[in-house]
Amino acid sequence: MHPLMQAFREQQLAEREEQALASLVAPRPAPAGVTRRTVLASGAAGGLVVAIGGWLPQDARAAAGQGKEGAAAKAAFAPNQFVSVGTDNIVTIVDKHHEMGQGNTTGLATLVADELDADWSLVRTEYAPADAKLYANLAFGLQGTGGSSAIANSYLQYRTAGATARAMLVAAAAEAWKVPAEEIRTSNSVLTHASGQRATYGEMAAAAAKQKAPASPVLKTPAQFSLMGRDGATPRVDSPSKCNGSAMYTGDVKLPGMLTAVIAFPPSFGAKMVSFDATAARKVKGVTDVVAVPEGVAVVAKSTWAAMQGRRALKVTWDESPGAALDSDALLAQYRELATQPGTPFAKPAAAADGKPAPAATRTVEAIYEFPFLAHAPMEPQGCVAWLHDGQLETWAGHQFPTFDHMFAAKAAGLPLEKVKLHTLVSGGSFGRRANAWSDFTVAAVNVAVAIKGRAPVRLQYTREDDMSAGLYRPLMVHSVKVGLDDAGKVASWKHAVVGQSIVSGTMMEKMMVKEGIDPTSVEGVFPSSYALPMMDGQLHSPSLPVRPLWWRSVGNTHTAYVMETMMDKLAAAAGQDPLAFRMALLDKNPRGAAALKLAADKAGWGKAMPAGSAQGLALHECFGTTVAQVAEVTLKDGKVRVDRVVCAVDCGTAVNPDVIRAQMEGGIGFALGALYYSEIELKAGRPMQRNFDQYKSLRIYEMPAVEVFIVPSNAAPTGVGEPGVPPLAPAVANAIARAGGPAIVRLPFARAGVVQA
Amino acid sequence: MTTVSLNVNGHAHKVEADPETPLLWVIRDDIGLTGTKFGCGVAQCGACTVHLDGQPARSCVTPATAVAGRKVTTIEGLQSRAAKAVQKAWVDLDVVQCGYCQSGQIMSAAALLEQNPRPSDQDIDHAMAGNICRCATYVRIRAAIHQAAGQLAA
Repeated sequence: MHPLMQAFREQQLAEREEQALASLVAPRPAPAGVTRRTVLASGAAGGLVVAIGGWLPQDARAAAGQGKEGAAAKAAFAPNQFVSVGTDNIVTIVDKHHEMGQGNTTGLATLVADELDADWSLVRTEYAPADAKLYANLAFGLQGTGGSSAIANSYLQYRTAGATARAMLVAAAAEAWKVPAEEIRTSNSVLTHASGQRATYGEMAAAAAKQKAPASPVLKTPAQFSLMGRDGATPRVDSPSKCNGSAMYTGDVKLPGMLTAVIAFPPSFGAKMVSFDATAARKVKGVTDVVAVPEGVAVVAKSTWAAMQGRRALKVTWDESPGAALDSDALLAQYRELATQPGTPFAKPAAAADGKPAPAATRTVEAIYEFPFLAHAPMEPQGCVAWLHDGQLETWAGHQFPTFDHMFAAKAAGLPLEKVKLHTLVSGGSFGRRANAWSDFTVAAVNVAVAIKGRAPVRLQYTREDDMSAGLYRPLMVHSVKVGLDDAGKVASWKHAVVGQSIVSGTMMEKMMVKEGIDPTSVEGVFPSSYALPMMDGQLHSPSLPVRPLWWRSVGNTHTAYVMETMMDKLAAAAGQDPLAFRMALLDKNPRGAAALKLAADKAGWGKAMPAGSAQGLALHECFGTTVAQVAEVTLKDGKVRVDRVVCAVDCGTAVNPDVIRAQMEGGIGFALGALYYSEIELKAGRPMQRNFDQYKSLRIYEMPAVEVFIVPSNAAPTGVGEPGVPPLAPAVANAIARAGGPAIVRLPFARAGVVQA
Repeated sequence: MTTVSLNVNGHAHKVEADPETPLLWVIRDDIGLTGTKFGCGVAQCGACTVHLDGQPARSCVTPATAVAGRKVTTIEGLQSRAAKAVQKAWVDLDVVQCGYCQSGQIMSAAALLEQNPRPSDQDIDHAMAGNICRCATYVRIRAAIHQAAGQLAA
């Protein structure tokens, strides 16, 4: 498990034991503050324009998220920072996490609404402002979304928020009706008493606001859940707006007089701008400014197309010598060489418990694996709106890590934090891209706004090429593995070298996460792994490069699962054992892993007869506290692979929204399969060779397998589902290909091995 | 610069634009309809899909001047029975995740069902091949198209 998550889970258990639930929410009123309220209203053409309201003594929630005006204005009862009830009976829930498609808006609302006994059709959601005191991710201690932690860290907090609100509504009704609180029932946002008394939450809201918050709110038992775990009870709150075009993303923000900017970024990593000639660019109609910014040269215009045309006309001279030697093939060769050298140990073989030497290896299985740089390529290219006005800065973007974005935006603008306000919008995907310790696109937008001296609000738009060439890649990785088996076919020794950039070194997270020279995200999944492998001897090399590395949906597990799970099949074959039985023997201390694997195998009919050219392959992987096992069924035809079906078992503790869990498994499988088939950012002379979807191919509908998802029933605290569906897919498919008589593929993507149409 | 005349969602618009301006940016920047998305700019991802006289087209590579006299429909202007069935099925099955590609997916699916009310899986593969979903909601896209087709046949 991830060290941060481990610490969090321990804390969460302790909190539960102490019944200190009330400490998880902040009683209203919020810390005093006057917040400028921005109201989004429908424009004449159906787009959104922003009108500026006055200064209102109002908590910041009114300006959050999609900017719905109504709820907070009518919020008669706001017992904490997460929930309010309006006189119109609308319950508004504030999502402290970033919605990039994972479904946490629905999930967090479910936690509150269930404990509150709210009518789901009366629930509305908003996104929180940047405020780490009120809205920190309890797993990180700062406000941000990542590590598949949204539901896990919020589970007790959001339920407490709902239970607190319910208790105060009940207390208000008890007082009004002069009956004991215990006799009052709540259901679908209505309070009732056997005497015939009845009131909606909206009718009781004002009285509830006068009640004292309970010191120890009582949470439901799983048997009492009315929404959690119920299929069909909580349809996604963001479906309608995303099916009619009204959902507002960064690029959809329109401010009065807003300009659009594109930046001429360096063409290669490490390149420095020498000079630029803006004569032709300035002649493009609509271009208003051509300005140097730390990121490159910004072309600012009255329309997006004019900005793009201006950039095309711009002449920039770059010094590309700093990155000239950067080359993917050369790096792979260097990394392979490094893997033969001693590195920093991440796993040391444990001495045998009885003092006797371990059984001697009589056979060895070895392999060297190579993984390319990967871009995240979310559907929505990066962008941010920045507006400097009246001595303050406002930004609109998919702020996945508001605490970082807030800090870096303030620094770029030269303003104190309290003069900088972030508006977090939904994102068109991220997969890790929008959470980075440099806040790259937010800072770039602010730099442009500063460069034009705050003359107008400015929207920075990355093109697909800008986004894909920006670095922040899943680092290129090499694993070298040598495993010894004894006479009985048991693992006797395991030497494992990992080579690749550290994601967290050099960032603010280094201090928190790097221990004894080991970035745990480089080796997670190898050590610790799902299996009992006390004999592991692990060495890590973390070279530095002028290309920024970043987490990519499931982070280190993107490569470690492939290595571990294809090795398991190689070892099983060498030992003459069935891959399922071989794994089970190593899972006696991991009952959750064994159960998930068995469930997937049972549901897939593991071992059944397959047509010629077809085979099953399986894989198991645990990450972010969630265990996922998958069985892939593939067909090889004319040397090309087709994945027909994937059966997936997931143990993520309590299933808050079963359909969201299924969706994340389905999506994780497709995302992983596309990367396995095609994805690679290849560097040559410092330049990324793939810059758009024509070169960086993505999975398409005709390549998507049938997917069946089975959720392991559990009452354990929930763990994440955004990432854990990804890692097992690639090794399950690779194992199936090998079992179908195809090649054992150790260099990704598959397009390199010719088993898919490149 | 030239004056571009367009009919978008049944409304006539006159816009001053560079003649090469893609329809996408005229729809988004000038007309202010933002449901049509920018994804790649090279007709590879389908996020910008609109209908031209009922046929799906990638607005990011269609010059605005090329659509004079044709009816442009965006996600905001979908009216047909098939289109409404598609949108309903999308909501019923919670197809969306990040949602950014879904306007384009829905436009492609609606055009498919308007021409072929009972598509096979192969028909769906063919019609939807130009629309990338990085969240890989493809299982549900397929299911929603079949569900919408079922509703149309009912």
